[in-house]
Amino acid sequence: MSVQKNRELIADRFSSLKYSSGVCLPALDQEQPWTLEAYRSNGGYQALEKVLSGEIDPAEIIEVLKISNIRGRGGAGFPVGVKWSFMPRQSDDQKYVVCNSDEGEPGTCKDRDIMRLNPHALVEGMTLGGYVMGASVGYNYIRGEFHEPYSAMEQAIREAREAGLLGRNILGSGFGFELHNYLGSGAYICGEETALLNSLEGKKGEPRFKPPFPAVFGLYGKPTTINNTESFASVPAILRGNGKWMDGQWFRGLGVENSGGVKVFSVTGHVNKPGNYEIKMGTPFRELLEMAGGVWKNRELKAVIPGGSSVPVMPAEAILSSNMDYASLQENGSALGAGSVIIMDETTDMVNVLERISKFYYEESCGQCTPCREGTGWLYRIIQRINRGQGTSEDLDTLLDVANRIEGRTICALGDAAAWPVQSFLKHFRHEFEARIRPAQSDAA
Amino acid sequence: MSSVEIEIDGRTYPAEAGEMLIEVTDRNSIYIPRFCYHEKLSVAANCRMCLIEVERAPKPLPACATPVTAGMKVHTRSEIAIEAQKGTMEFLLINHPLDCPVCDQGGECPLQDQALGYGKDNSRFMERKRSVPSDDIGPLISTEMTRCIHCTRCVRYGEEVAGVMEMGAPGRGEHVRISTFLDNTIDSEVSGNMIDLCPVGALTSKPFRFAARSWELTDHQSISPHDCLGSNMLIQTLRNRVERVVPKENPDINECWLADRDRFSYQAIHSENRLTRPMIRQDGTWQEVDWETALTHAAAGLKSIIDQGKADRIGGLAQATSSLEEFHLFQKLIRALGSESVDYRLQQNDFRDDDIAPLFPASELPIRDFGTRSSVLLIGSNIRKEQPLLSLRIRQGWREGRTAVSVINPIDFDLNFECMVSQVVPGSAMLSRTAALANAIASLTGNAAPAEVQALSDGYDAALVAQQLVDAGPEGLIVLGAFAQQHPDASLLKALSSWIAKTTGNRLAILAPGNGAGGALANCLPGKNGLNKQAMLDSGMSSFVLLGSQPELDCLDAYTAVKALENADFVVQLTAFKPEAHNRHVDVALPICSFAETAGSHVNCEGKIQTAQVAIKPVGESKPAWKILRVLGNFLNLEGFDQVTLNDVTQEALAAMDSADRMPNCRPSEFRLDSPVSSTQVGLEPITYMPMYRGDPLVRNASALQSAADNPGPLASLHPETLKDHSLKDGDWVEIGNGSVSAHLQIIEEPRVPRHCVLIPGGYVETMNARAPGTLCIVKAG
Repeated sequence: MSVQKNRELIADRFSSLKYSSGVCLPALDQEQPWTLEAYRSNGGYQALEKVLSGEIDPAEIIEVLKISNIRGRGGAGFPVGVKWSFMPRQSDDQKYVVCNSDEGEPGTCKDRDIMRLNPHALVEGMTLGGYVMGASVGYNYIRGEFHEPYSAMEQAIREAREAGLLGRNILGSGFGFELHNYLGSGAYICGEETALLNSLEGKKGEPRFKPPFPAVFGLYGKPTTINNTESFASVPAILRGNGKWMDGQWFRGLGVENSGGVKVFSVTGHVNKPGNYEIKMGTPFRELLEMAGGVWKNRELKAVIPGGSSVPVMPAEAILSSNMDYASLQENGSALGAGSVIIMDETTDMVNVLERISKFYYEESCGQCTPCREGTGWLYRIIQRINRGQGTSEDLDTLLDVANRIEGRTICALGDAAAWPVQSFLKHFRHEFEARIRPAQSDAA
Repeated sequence: MSSVEIEIDGRTYPAEAGEMLIEVTDRNSIYIPRFCYHEKLSVAANCRMCLIEVERAPKPLPACATPVTAGMKVHTRSEIAIEAQKGTMEFLLINHPLDCPVCDQGGECPLQDQALGYGKDNSRFMERKRSVPSDDIGPLISTEMTRCIHCTRCVRYGEEVAGVMEMGAPGRGEHVRISTFLDNTIDSEVSGNMIDLCPVGALTSKPFRFAARSWELTDHQSISPHDCLGSNMLIQTLRNRVERVVPKENPDINECWLADRDRFSYQAIHSENRLTRPMIRQDGTWQEVDWETALTHAAAGLKSIIDQGKADRIGGLAQATSSLEEFHLFQKLIRALGSESVDYRLQQNDFRDDDIAPLFPASELPIRDFGTRSSVLLIGSNIRKEQPLLSLRIRQGWREGRTAVSVINPIDFDLNFECMVSQVVPGSAMLSRTAALANAIASLTGNAAPAEVQALSDGYDAALVAQQLVDAGPEGLIVLGAFAQQHPDASLLKALSSWIAKTTGNRLAILAPGNGAGGALANCLPGKNGLNKQAMLDSGMSSFVLLGSQPELDCLDAYTAVKALENADFVVQLTAFKPEAHNRHVDVALPICSFAETAGSHVNCEGKIQTAQVAIKPVGESKPAWKILRVLGNFLNLEGFDQVTLNDVTQEALAAMDSADRMPNCRPSEFRLDSPVSSTQVGLEPITYMPMYRGDPLVRNASALQSAADNPGPLASLHPETLKDHSLKDGDWVEIGNGSVSAHLQIIEEPRVPRHCVLIPGGYVETMNARAPGTLCIVKAG
């Protein structure tokens, strides 16, 4: 391969990374950060070496993670340390760690970059998880369309295995850990952790009802911990603690109260510089928008969906006074979700947006339970009708009612994800929906 | 689990921590609507109809999947709960057709019933409704998949209970379709239960389709005559016609299930083959006559045999599905005529141990415990097709990890559980394999096996199975199935298995077809000077009296049976069906009632007596067999035929047996091993069997069952390698016989049949000649 061609390839891999804090994502000036050599030069695998040398009790690591205040990066925001502590550590039974790299939430593209640019952080994070929770096997479930991240992960696992960092008896410690990548088949629902487990087992990707939770009855019925790619990939850096070993306070201090550390935000939509930004939790939205070059074409901001298509939409005034952390976004009527910030400018047709979002959930419902199977299609068809100017004034009430009857009634959160956009769009932009209905009525008159 | 108290709708109830809320509410008759939940199936929690309010939970929870915790406060009728249930109902109804008047499920439809409580009288749904194509999934179940609400009961039933995943839910979202895979048909022998499980009109009974409305039907309690369980069922009738049969729940016997054979055999009752008037054959032609003429003719025929001094050459052969009362009067009649030759064991071939045989074929283990064993050994049994519901129980034990199953079988049967050790050997080798097992058990337990057992062994290393049986002790069960009982050395297999059971402490079960226990207890068996079924067929009887039986189809040695019947001077047949074209041997055919038209008692393998009620009036001029036998006794001026009611007969039959007699015991009274008669044959070894829908006249005349997969047709099955050896291929037509007579049969390739064997089904006119005595020959037909 020519040097020029290689450069282009590298540039392409970096194209979506716009800002890095060096926790999950590599610094932008690195040549080929995905190699084992580059990762090690940045302190990679030091945490694993220290931990496997036997001087640290697994319980201490869980304590550090609790102190660091890292919350699950997949969207639900459950504290990682607490989740790890649920695993029955005394049991000799087979246990599993599973990484959720399905990344299907519209607007999200962070895990893709972590796996393409910094795959060893995930390998090290999962291996540490395996050690702490007593699991000898890990699976990385990768979204079906992610061929390039899959190859990068395969390459990283190969390198790590050759270097004795994976496999039997890692670094002579006696601890063994096997890690497997698994490429899904392109179903959004398989990002739901129990549907993911079913899919891994070769079954239809349908969520299981809980309880039992995966920590008790997970993959193949064995205790299993499932974390998002970014959560696992953050662990080595947290343990390294910026020079001060096992200092959870460092990571915690990067963020704000209740939202520790840094987080990758995927900024998409009507901005000048869409891409991934790994920034401190609690950063004001205004700053993030500025980093992303502001709203494109010098237009005004109309609305933002701050955490992926399933979280409630926020009008400009609400998001402009928010900070990018769990509490602030919640106070202002939405959620951090997976940190997928969808920017919409003043020209955006909100009925159109909702139709597109509803179509997604209609297409991606697994069909297992009644409200979601029947309700998502109903929502989509009503919105589609309204968008075509064929809506009636009753439709808006029906729409809201149907969404309310889906929310909280389903086995998994896909029902909520389908309902929340409808509820929030109607709450903030009802006038646009009414306007789409009125012409038809005046025509009739 | 620990006992806790929870509050439901303001009242306190005891419960077990961890059990599901719906179990507590069901136990206490607190109504919670549901579609997907069924107590015999795993919890799916997908219909969301049972959502209820639990205090401190942020949202309504499904009662079927919410475990009980101490102090839980539940509201089943609160605003939150009702609103959630109404919400689900609205979703279910938006795409479900609202045309109950034209749906076969109407009137007995949980969706219809619950829509009344939770639905609205108009719909807000303005979009197009979904329509789903319906597939033809076989002769028993009718589909209308637009009505499906995707509760997955049928899918879970197949996967969990029946053991064959024939239904699935491919597709996702709105496009999920409950269907078979790759347009397959539903071939399970217990598929009819899906009809009962389906909470809407998606899966309904094909034979019953649009025949009646459920509220028009009258229920009559009945007992299935087809296998040794005595499954409880309801015969549902309308205007003196049996329209449907459904299970009647009995946790100790059939739970809430029925085998398809029990469920659909009723079609024979109104088949056009029913014999509705007595018939006599004179000069080779049949003519209908009145009862007086027929009975006079029958009595005269029998009288002339007696007058010739051949009373002891009258033989009685009864169908195993007869009732206790019919068996009793039948053997009484034959004995009163002066013969001790009476038998009902039409599929048995070896009777050498009759003198030491246990009182009746039985299971020493109660039916309800078949799923609780730690070990099950099947000897010569395709239990799935012989006793379908017992097989489900064994499957349950296996599935829950309790039961290890091993088999010694002549065919690699497709069972609905996996086997720890599966020994598939030709019939001739089953004996030596069983002896090898006895030897292995002897060496494991330090009990010396009798010398003749050691001599029989083929030296096979049976240590693993021996260990399984010895470890299980009283928790183990040994089952002798149809293939063991029809084996030419059945008496040896019984002796060996009885020795094994005694040595290991395992329980033993001899599972006979039909009401076999009733037949034995009514003493429908040869007396001291009488002949058994085999001896009767072999020795040239002067006359036969047949109770519901068609020996040429019911017996596996059909050729011998036909010859014996044709050579007899006078044959009286009590039958529910018209003489068939091949029938050149019956002289008088007396029409009897089917099980639905007469009451009668059945004794199951536990020795439990159950009585079936009359469901409809006799079809045509048919009469209950017991009445015919009684009147025939009068016509012949015999004593003891003055019973007035069926109860008189029942009491008489019961009085003849001690209640202690009905304690199930399968062991011969002493250990005795006769010399084996079976041996490895040169060339092809025949294996005969009775397909489950060919075993008695009732199933043979049930049209839907005859179209089902378990009626394989008169085909000869051979292993692919055997086919090669004989330069034959799948689909070839061959002549199979002994060289002088043969049957013209089509070949089917079947890897489950051992090499050098040919599997030939009984119950077909076409296969009669294939089993003529002598060495089996097979030649390709020109």
